[in-house]
Amino acid sequence: MCVVCGCSNTGTSKPDSSPEVHPTTGDLHFGAGAAKVSVPGLTQQRTIKIEEDVLGANNAVATQNRAHFSAHGVRALNLVSSPGSGKTTLLCATIHALKQHAPDVAVAVIEGDQQTSFDADRIRATGAPAIQVNTGKGCHLDAPMVAQAFAQLATHEHAHEHEHAHSHDDHHHHGHEHGHHHTHAPQSLLFIENVGNLVCPALWDLGEKAKVAILSVTEGEDKPLKYPDMFAAAQLMILNKIDLLPHLSFDVARCKDYARRVNPGITILELSATTGEGMQAWLDWLLDEPAHHHHHHAPDARQTRIAQLEAELAQLKAEQA
Amino acid sequence: MHELSLAGGILKVLEQTRARDPFERVTHLRLEAGALCGVEISSLRFALQAIAPDTCLEGAHIDIDEPPGSAWCLPCGQSVAILTRLDPCPVCGGHQLQPTGGTELRVVDMQVV
Repeated sequence: MCVVCGCSNTGTSKPDSSPEVHPTTGDLHFGAGAAKVSVPGLTQQRTIKIEEDVLGANNAVATQNRAHFSAHGVRALNLVSSPGSGKTTLLCATIHALKQHAPDVAVAVIEGDQQTSFDADRIRATGAPAIQVNTGKGCHLDAPMVAQAFAQLATHEHAHEHEHAHSHDDHHHHGHEHGHHHTHAPQSLLFIENVGNLVCPALWDLGEKAKVAILSVTEGEDKPLKYPDMFAAAQLMILNKIDLLPHLSFDVARCKDYARRVNPGITILELSATTGEGMQAWLDWLLDEPAHHHHHHAPDARQTRIAQLEAELAQLKAEQA
Repeated sequence: MHELSLAGGILKVLEQTRARDPFERVTHLRLEAGALCGVEISSLRFALQAIAPDTCLEGAHIDIDEPPGSAWCLPCGQSVAILTRLDPCPVCGGHQLQPTGGTELRVVDMQVV
């Protein structure tokens, strides 16, 4: 009998304890089975403990991406929504606004869609570099796709050239830079526009700093309850197309309440990519989110000590070289 | 739809294990998919059956455990049981819940020959 489910199906394998019989001598070998040993009462079948996360392979690459982004001073954001929420229009408007308000911040975009490069073309028309990733039959971007797309981006190349130019003569520079990234606005922003889908992208970590869920007011206020996994995974929700509110029976307060039901900590911004209303708050969030602000003003004693030690170490290395 | 990608991920885990510790095929596979992990159990089972032919998973019995959801209720200051992310706290009726259990999606172990 099968020991796991109690069924009578023992499969085609040999009875548990039957040894291998030598064809000429008749000698018995009890250790010839898959387990290499015979234990009374145990089958040759063996159990292998795995205890591994199904998304472990993806998450390992996502962790690499995160370290890579951080080393390049890139703040990566994973934009998720249903199709037609206005993600690409919002991105184009954001890129234009950033050019005016924060011209020093480089912006790049990775566009995820099943097919076509329409969205990447729209982004490139703004002057920002964009890489289109077509997933074919896939319903989401995964971390390896983003790793490859990031490698294609020109901004990435420049960052590496810069890094290599420095690495020969002043090695300490690197450590120093890392310390600074924690307190300053990002040197560059990477927007990863995921495939329009409120289900699957919730599960795949791409190495982003935060997921931003975009919900347009034409979609209905109950979306956060219909797709709770996505709104639970997001740190920011943007209510887009608010210029259309006068024409709709969309209850903003109820929508926010629903979003906070599935994610009590979610930040919510109201915005219209068309009229520009709410754009400033979005830019502020992008460039200096509250958590960073806090860091900036109140570095704790340990962080200060680590920074001191890093500086000393850099000094010593410089003296040795 | 993402269950098919996940099934592919599971198969990859098994094949990586087989590369380290050779075996012929899997007879029983035990997975854990928590109530809040965002995976539809029946779809995952279907996807695993769909990719199993000609792999080490062909003919395997698949058990999928579903650890129940639990969350920390901020107003109550205690851990409570929930079935979905939409559930209110069974004690205070509020929604300030932070899921703490049932979010796992893991390959636990397998029996092989």
